[in-house]
This record gives sequence, structure tokens and C-alpha cells, in this order.
Amino acid sequence: MSLLLTESFAERGARERARALLDPQSFRELLDPFQRIASPYLAAQGVVAQADDGTVVARGTIGGVRACVVATDGRFLGGSIGEIGGAKIAGALELARRDAERGTPTRLVLALDTGGIRLQEANLAILAVSEICDGIVALRELMPVVALIAGRVGVYGGLSLSTALCSQIIVSEGARVGLNGPDVVETESGLDEMDSSDRPLIWRVTGGRFRFEQGFATELVPDDVAAIRAAVERAFEEPRELGPLLPQSFPDPRLERDVFLRAMEIEP
Amino acid sequence: MIETLSYEYPASDSVQHRAHVGVVASGNCEILLEPAKDGCASIVVRTSVSGFGATWQAVLGRFFTRNPVAVQIEINDFGATPAVVSLRLEQALENAR
Repeated sequence: MSLLLTESFAERGARERARALLDPQSFRELLDPFQRIASPYLAAQGVVAQADDGTVVARGTIGGVRACVVATDGRFLGGSIGEIGGAKIAGALELARRDAERGTPTRLVLALDTGGIRLQEANLAILAVSEICDGIVALRELMPVVALIAGRVGVYGGLSLSTALCSQIIVSEGARVGLNGPDVVETESGLDEMDSSDRPLIWRVTGGRFRFEQGFATELVPDDVAAIRAAVERAFEEPRELGPLLPQSFPDPRLERDVFLRAMEIEP
Repeated sequence: MIETLSYEYPASDSVQHRAHVGVVASGNCEILLEPAKDGCASIVVRTSVSGFGATWQAVLGRFFTRNPVAVQIEINDFGATPAVVSLRLEQALENAR
């Protein structure tokens, strides 16, 4: 696809991503920035808070059906999830479950771009992640729960666990999905294990295409708004089964590279 | 530590809508702009970079000299340069009109 004909999703902020996913003119934000529900913990730690806590929740329609998009902003503190942002996501999941039980389903999309829990409010954020996981497990019994990982950060940390629980997982080539981020792996296990400045390695091991080939994601999309919108609609209308994870474990990153290369039909 | 700065300017024009622009990210700032009624523009700046009160006053002073609008503005700043702040203010005003 020509670069000039695409409309980047990753280059948008969280609010514009939510707007892009919902049908035109249907966007209506809940708890918008003017409600000023910012994190009360950051200022005391010398960090300026953002009025929406970096998490946008918007109602509207997708394919003409009631929908709710939750989008985290990877630019604000790495898209980290604090108490407020976490409560927004958990609340959206809870309301979607109630809607589904009442027979008026709301399509819920988690457009995540996050490094995981926010260390400045760690305990509350961990609690929030467990609530989010609970919410996803309850909702996926009733309808597809769609995770869309198509931002510049990707998904790491606690929210990667939540992502893995979603029944439909859409990833872009530029996005990454992993439990520990490259910096964390390098710090904890040393440069031999992972050089966090080696971008090709990082994408080989945690990149969207590899995760898709590995069977972790249900769909791989280019960084294009129209393609992503179509994939999200498909995820609700014709949900896909996740393939078996192949292979089951990756003791050695070099093995991951070989699997990736074979998946790309290249001899290692 | 975070520095909080407050400014006020006389205002003769008005805007129709509120506007939210920007993001609290490195070298950037978030602006919440709301219409005010009393012929006065009031601005609160929260910034993670302290000691630049005179620079803020110069940037905001120039903006409100050119655009004397009655608004209430909150700025959450994460080290935006004066040029970025000026562009964000223009963007907020454009969206509010």
C-alpha cells in the first residue's frame, strides 16, 4: 500500500484514535478532560498530571452498532495506567457487560498503547489491572472483546496480561507486545540477553508481525485508519479463533528469531 | 518540583466553545480553554520546569495582546518551548472560535 494513500493511526493521539474507530459524527466522550479527573498522586511526586489521566473513553457506534472505545495515550508517561485510567477502563468493561446481559450489546474496543502500570501509583494500578482482567473475562463470555494494539508504544507490563485475555487481538506491524519491555530485560538480565537499542531484535521478538505469526493475535493490520476500522468491524461480525501458540515456549531469543524467519518463509 | 503560575489579562473579545489541545509529553503541553464572561482572561500554568515565570509572562502577554479574549485557561506543561506553547494557544483559540 502506498504510504501517500494511507492515513496513519499510530500518529494520532488517543482521542483522535477513538474518533477514528467510531462511525463519523458518533464520537461522544465520557469523563472528558474538562471533568478534570486527573491523577491526585502525581503532583506530590513532581510529575505534572494530564486532565484525562491519559485514558480516553468514548461512546458512539461501530458499523452502526452501539460501541465504546477505550484508548490510552502512549505519549503521556508512556501510556501508563494509574488509578484513574484503570478505573475508566474497568468501568467501561463493567458497563459493557451489563449492556450485553440486558440484550443491548455494546461493542467494546480496547485501543491500548501502554508501557503497563504507572510506577508512581503502583499498588492502585496493579489493583486496576486485576479489575480490568476480571472485566474482560466476564465480558468475553457474552461477546467478542477486541484489543487493538496499533500505537507507537505497543503493550507491555500488566496490560499485556489483559490483552492476552481478549478474544480478538488486532496488532499492527509497528506495534509491540510483551510482558517485560526491552529496557527492563536488559537491566534485569544483561546486555547478552537483550540489547534494548537493537530495534530489529526487539521487533523480531515482540513485534506485531511476529506475535501474529506466533499465534498470539487474530489479525495483523497495516498502520492505516481504514484498514484498522475494517479489521475492528470484522472482529465483531466474524470473530476469529486464536491459533495454537507455536511453539509453546521460547527459552532462547535466537530460537524466536528462527521461528520468525521460518514464518516469513526465510531459511534461518 | 512543579511550579504553579497564575496570570490575568484584560479581555474585550469572547469565544463560543471550549477547547482541549495538546498532551502532557516531553516538550509539549496540554491546554484546557473555556469561555469566561467577565472581560478578563485568567491563566493557570502548572509546569515541571521551574524558574521560567518571566518567559511564560512574555509568551502569554504577546498572545493576549494580539487576542484579547475572555477565557479561562489551564496549561499542564511538560517542558514545552515558547514556540510550542504559542502554537498550542493558537490551536486552542482556533478550535474555540
